[in-house]
Amino acid sequence: MPQDATRTWSRRRLLASVAALPILAATADGRNISGELPWSPFAGDPPRPVNPLGWYFFTAGEAATVEAIVDRLIPADELSPGGRDSGCAVYIDRQLAGSFGKGDRLYWQGPFLPGLPTQGYQGNMPPAPRYRLGLRALGDYVNRTYGKDFVKLTAGQQDAVLKGLDEGIIALKLAPGFDAKAFFELLLQNTMEGFFADPLYGGNRGMASWKMLGFPGTRYDYRDHIDKYNQPYPLGPVSIYSPMES
Amino acid sequence: MARLLPKKDAVIIGLGWTGAILAQQLTEAGLDVVAIERGPWRDTATDFNIGYMQDELRYAIRKDLFLNPVLEAMTMRNRPDQTALPMRDYGSFLPGHGVGGAGVHWNGKTWRFWESDFQIHTHLTRRYGANKIRGLQLQDWGVTWDEIEPSFDAFEYLCGISGKAGNIQGALQPGGNPFESPRAREYPNPPLKTGYPPMLFDKVAREMGYHPFPQPTANLSRPYVNPLGIAMGECTYCGFCERFGCANYSKASAQTTILPVLMTKPNFEARTECEVLKVNLTADRKAAKSVTYVDARGVEYEQPGEMVLICAYSLMNVRMMLLSGIGTQYDPATGKGNVGRNYCYQTSCGARLFLEGKHLNPFIASGGMGRTIDDFNGDGFDHSHLNFVGGAGISCDPSNGRPIGYRPTPPGTPRWGAGWKKGTVEGYQNAMNIGAQGSSYPVRENYLDLDPAYSDRHGRPLLRITFSFPDNDVAMSHYMSDQLEKIAKAFNPKSYSVARIQKDWNSVPYQSTHNTGGAIMGENPRTSAVNKYLQSWDVPNVFVIGASAFAHNAGMNPTGTVGALAFWAAKAITEKYIKHPGALVHA
Repeated sequence: MPQDATRTWSRRRLLASVAALPILAATADGRNISGELPWSPFAGDPPRPVNPLGWYFFTAGEAATVEAIVDRLIPADELSPGGRDSGCAVYIDRQLAGSFGKGDRLYWQGPFLPGLPTQGYQGNMPPAPRYRLGLRALGDYVNRTYGKDFVKLTAGQQDAVLKGLDEGIIALKLAPGFDAKAFFELLLQNTMEGFFADPLYGGNRGMASWKMLGFPGTRYDYRDHIDKYNQPYPLGPVSIYSPMES
Repeated sequence: MARLLPKKDAVIIGLGWTGAILAQQLTEAGLDVVAIERGPWRDTATDFNIGYMQDELRYAIRKDLFLNPVLEAMTMRNRPDQTALPMRDYGSFLPGHGVGGAGVHWNGKTWRFWESDFQIHTHLTRRYGANKIRGLQLQDWGVTWDEIEPSFDAFEYLCGISGKAGNIQGALQPGGNPFESPRAREYPNPPLKTGYPPMLFDKVAREMGYHPFPQPTANLSRPYVNPLGIAMGECTYCGFCERFGCANYSKASAQTTILPVLMTKPNFEARTECEVLKVNLTADRKAAKSVTYVDARGVEYEQPGEMVLICAYSLMNVRMMLLSGIGTQYDPATGKGNVGRNYCYQTSCGARLFLEGKHLNPFIASGGMGRTIDDFNGDGFDHSHLNFVGGAGISCDPSNGRPIGYRPTPPGTPRWGAGWKKGTVEGYQNAMNIGAQGSSYPVRENYLDLDPAYSDRHGRPLLRITFSFPDNDVAMSHYMSDQLEKIAKAFNPKSYSVARIQKDWNSVPYQSTHNTGGAIMGENPRTSAVNKYLQSWDVPNVFVIGASAFAHNAGMNPTGTVGALAFWAAKAITEKYIKHPGALVHA
């Protein structure tokens, strides 16, 4: 419909046109502010939708393994598509290629000492190299045990491997503070993020997880339903950006 | 060499809730004020944009608005005999960053601590005898209820708090909280509407003989113009409150209640992306003369001021004092030293119930639309035959149904695979949560100091937190878990689970950004860092304002009391201090 098309176009143009602006805004922001409430147009920092094609961080082999893993963590069934078709591996790949993978928000000064469980992760390895190390060790383990790659295992065998990681039965040779169980936790957390996050990050294609739960996404105004107790919310989800909307 | 700048009447460190309130009040009194803020400028239209603020991954999971540990981390341990290690990511609590501070991404629950809190030592000793509180470092705050009440009122009307009074000048009000201390007048706005789970809780609690009431909250129930003439909008129950800025101008923050007026004043200036490194003292260490800060490009400046107001997050206030040599470091071995003592947190537990065939619509929520009972809070109930003091507010206060973080599953549900998905779908519409937010009382071995091994990007030592839940508070929390279990059973749920607290504080899972104490107010310069006006005993032209001044933490969210203390300190500065600079209380 024309109206919807205009809206989509405007939003896209907005997302594209401001992509270069945050640098200017940041420079202007390190400043003294007095006598005004500062505001300038297009100074915001909207998210940039990921390119859905190709792999930015994973090798082809790693990508295939991760696609197989996310499809066992979130299998396709009558409730929703599986993790692979939902884009969870694409989501993880883009996260690892960016700020999250580098861990650039985090504190990385040494000394690096083994800590108490209450002190959290004390290794010196950001998420991206943790994945690289974990996937290599997992591949070695699977080949040693089954004589083939993870992607060639049956679904039941794949589940058995993942269960072994989850329950700490399978030991992988990894790094200080990062064992097989921690690797599994990282995989599980990131897979769920991809499945449930806004589709603009590469996962949750078609807002499948939101439709499954009945989560309306970004609607932001429920004044007309706040006191309609025990009644299903009538409207479907809306995302910040969804390739499936176009 | 730092570049020397012209002197200001007041230099404020941090432009969050307390910095903005102090700046507003001091500029009204005609002072020339500069606020120096480490983080960026932030406003609603630009930074809490309605086109993309509903991004759970960015704001709630990747913590886009919060302080990053790369800028300032802290170390932690549970006991003094352990080696503290840095929290490489913040987890248990999430300090704010930038203009507005943590007041940008709070839920809005705005409580008043009780009269008995401000005189807790006197009150408990009188009621139960000194033996009852042996081992706890409880102290009176130095300020009385009658003194501080008008400051609570000022903060609530600034924010436009939605709520129902329970006690107006001693007269109990139907529908309000009968346990609250007397207030001068009703809240500025009526309570929010609420969702289905809090209404179910309200009914069950009432049937059990308790006294449920709507939480007082800074999410506005109707359009409001505050005393500064700033207009705010009505809450839309969007479910993106805590961890997010409000795109609707309906959650009180410095942005929505103060800055539109403050920023236009010629006698106010904000410097953003400028980090104060320390407060510089005179040679005799009895006065602050300036602060040293570094801007975004790494250029160092010295900003002189007649007075310095330390208005950062509570933990950073304590660190700034220690880095600057204001007061003396507390030592848990001797109990001596007035900075770093009485560090407290929040002692919480919860119950999760699974109903059947419901549409609880968890995504329809605001930060403070819940229902609470205070029948087990503070000293509102008799502790004579209990093995603890303190208590908890028990609430059903759903705040969101954002699905990365909120995926309750019935007990026994696997964490992945087909069974996981089935349980997730069932739990999403059928789970409800009841929480007990408990008090946190000071003990000798819980404290703050500077870490000997780890430093920040400027080479300054990190703050070190030594904390485990005191035995008193663990006993209190277990008692609350028992109460939660009784309430949960009264719902006749399909299933339920009750969480119990562990003694060792775990810094990884999120619990609460209610860190209090370390620069506490009090009556004695040996056992408190600031006097009843939040003025440093040791350096009288320094005021330290925030939850750092709490001598203990109550079973309530702290911001209401933080706001009241900010107005209280501002009143002392504008009405007393600037007329007669010097110590306002003589020890």
